[in-house]
Amino acid sequence: MEILKFITAGSVDDGKSTLIGRLLYDTDAILEDQLEAIHNSNRKNDDGTIDLAILTDGLKAEREQGITIDVAYKYFQTENRKFIIADAPGHIQYTRNMVTGASNANLAIILIDARKGVIEQTNRHSFLVSLLALPEVVVCVNKMDMVNHDQDTFNKIVAQYQVLAGKLGLKNVTYIPVSALKGDNIVNGSTNMPWYTGKSLLDHLETVEITVDDSRAHARFPVQWVVRPQTEELHDYRGYAGRVSSGNFKVNDKVTVLPSGFSSTITKIELLDQEFEEAFAGQSVTIHLQDEIDISRGDVLVNSAAQPEVSNLIEADLCWMDTRALDTTMTYLIQHNSKVTRCRIQEVLYKFNINTLDKVQGDEEFKLNDIGRIIIKTAEPLAFDVYQDNKANGGAIIIDSRTNVTVGALMLRAAVS
Amino acid sequence: MSKHHLDYLDELEAEAIYILREVAGQFEKPALLFSGGKDSITLVRLAEKAFRPGKFPFPLVHIDTGHNFPETIRYRDDMVARLGEKLIIGHVQDSIDQGKVVEQKGKNASRNALQTVTLLDTIAANGFDACIGGARRDEEKARAKERIFSVRDEFGQWDPKRQRPELWNLYNGKIHKGENVRVFPISNWTELDVWNYIRRENIALPSIYFAHERDTIVRNGQLMAAAEFLNMDEEDVITRRNVRFRTVGDMTCTAAVESDAFLIDDIINEISASKISERGARMDDKVSEAAMEDRKKGGYF
Repeated sequence: MEILKFITAGSVDDGKSTLIGRLLYDTDAILEDQLEAIHNSNRKNDDGTIDLAILTDGLKAEREQGITIDVAYKYFQTENRKFIIADAPGHIQYTRNMVTGASNANLAIILIDARKGVIEQTNRHSFLVSLLALPEVVVCVNKMDMVNHDQDTFNKIVAQYQVLAGKLGLKNVTYIPVSALKGDNIVNGSTNMPWYTGKSLLDHLETVEITVDDSRAHARFPVQWVVRPQTEELHDYRGYAGRVSSGNFKVNDKVTVLPSGFSSTITKIELLDQEFEEAFAGQSVTIHLQDEIDISRGDVLVNSAAQPEVSNLIEADLCWMDTRALDTTMTYLIQHNSKVTRCRIQEVLYKFNINTLDKVQGDEEFKLNDIGRIIIKTAEPLAFDVYQDNKANGGAIIIDSRTNVTVGALMLRAAVS
Repeated sequence: MSKHHLDYLDELEAEAIYILREVAGQFEKPALLFSGGKDSITLVRLAEKAFRPGKFPFPLVHIDTGHNFPETIRYRDDMVARLGEKLIIGHVQDSIDQGKVVEQKGKNASRNALQTVTLLDTIAANGFDACIGGARRDEEKARAKERIFSVRDEFGQWDPKRQRPELWNLYNGKIHKGENVRVFPISNWTELDVWNYIRRENIALPSIYFAHERDTIVRNGQLMAAAEFLNMDEEDVITRRNVRFRTVGDMTCTAAVESDAFLIDDIINEISASKISERGARMDDKVSEAAMEDRKKGGYF
């Protein structure tokens, strides 16, 4: 059984809470305190059924109270798959929360109100999904019950969205007409829309291919920790502990240590009492090398035949996440895998208007939730991949050393020569 | 793109090991909070995978209320002996003796609320900058938003407004002096995941998790193990019953359930039956009971 992590992009008005509530309720994944809340609540839908939006009301209450709105994680499973939902708010002032939620997702559900079609926030959510390079998108055209389950309405919205998807380069997009309120095409099919012959949302989530980068081209292993027992019987034991972030490694592979550039051969891959011939993306292991090289936390082992970029001047997309604006004269910290080094944002190339998808020149101030393209200079070189090709080795965060807060998310794009 | 997928338990395990190694790499003086319950026992197993054949880069810390089940303490001491790792015990009794906290009175007295003080004192006395705990996001609503690395101020407080965005698998452990971070490697595990992992790894648990015969009384509609610190009187009728405990806490506040689940498979079936029923079927009351039972003690995390 596999785990699918997905994010739901939409606002309360689109019926997002009802959709998530429906998924959780119809798969019996409701926490006891929420269940009580539902059954004790006087809130009912017009037809007397229980209001499933209560399940995800946490976010609504927060908005009313003005406390930080946040990503909430929810868990459910079926016989075929386990699911983790990153439930992030959809309003523009919570862009950073959606970026956070999307960073760990394999799939995004984008909700569109059948009465409204593609609107500004659809642009915004889709832009973020493409920026964070989510491999799969599901467009749920919701509230089909409000448009008489009309096939033409659905088809028009699909056509609208295809233009947007083309513009953003979104490749795997699936369109489903749903009514979260009535349950049509969420978990079960729909008798109201016989013209739709595709899968229900849950069926799709259960069967969609979860992409894993297992190419040898992206074999990357950031070293987190060096295991050196230094006991008498294990005097010469030296294992490099970490997690294969992408690609795969085999015993006898020739690997290069970056940024130093020394090479060696893998002699053993192990974990406690297990030995492996091969370690795949996502696996935490301990790797042994033939030669005694000086390797420590912050270094990365890569397949010698397919090396990443190594540079200290990098063009990147930046999402700013702090209430204090970016200061281009200040030195920040950058964390990329297990490496932390100092950095400065050297140049702002342009910003994105994330509602219209236009580039904005001449406005260099990065405020909370702003997204744009910049050039960053790092104190030590980073061994990185282009984020769109390899998320695991192309993402980084910026930390303000005055507050220690994470203030920015970076999608690395290219070394600047 | 080839299609190699980790099974969900392998993925959760790999993620937890990764987080434990991040703690080792990022902090000067981490500690692993050990309660003797299944979640922290799971953490110990994960730490073995993360750091063996080396030593753990942190001690185990147990906040001992003095009201534990003897089976839990026995398990703890056996485990520490087997591991050869350091155990630091913070005694709630010491906090009481020092006058920092006051013992509750009456029939429903418990030391539950007192242990937070002992924990914070233990953290301060040892200068811990990161405490690893076994909390999970599926436990309750508030926890659903908890970070993997959760920063606490010098008073041990969690401020939702100060939560840092947590992107990809990049955990920011930078803190100011006096602050510490609580780290939750099994955030993304469900209760059932933990049980399945324990079964797969063949991990021994304190015997009270399994059905056994013992003296019980009924308190506030719940079955409790008869124990001296329950302030029992003649109203409490002692009955022998087959019971097990779904969670390991103090004898004063951990309720038993009548059960014939003698084996881990029985337990998993019991939980599965209440958590995953047929699609669309109504949930029965067992779920709420299970979730209640499995609640971690407030304040400890």
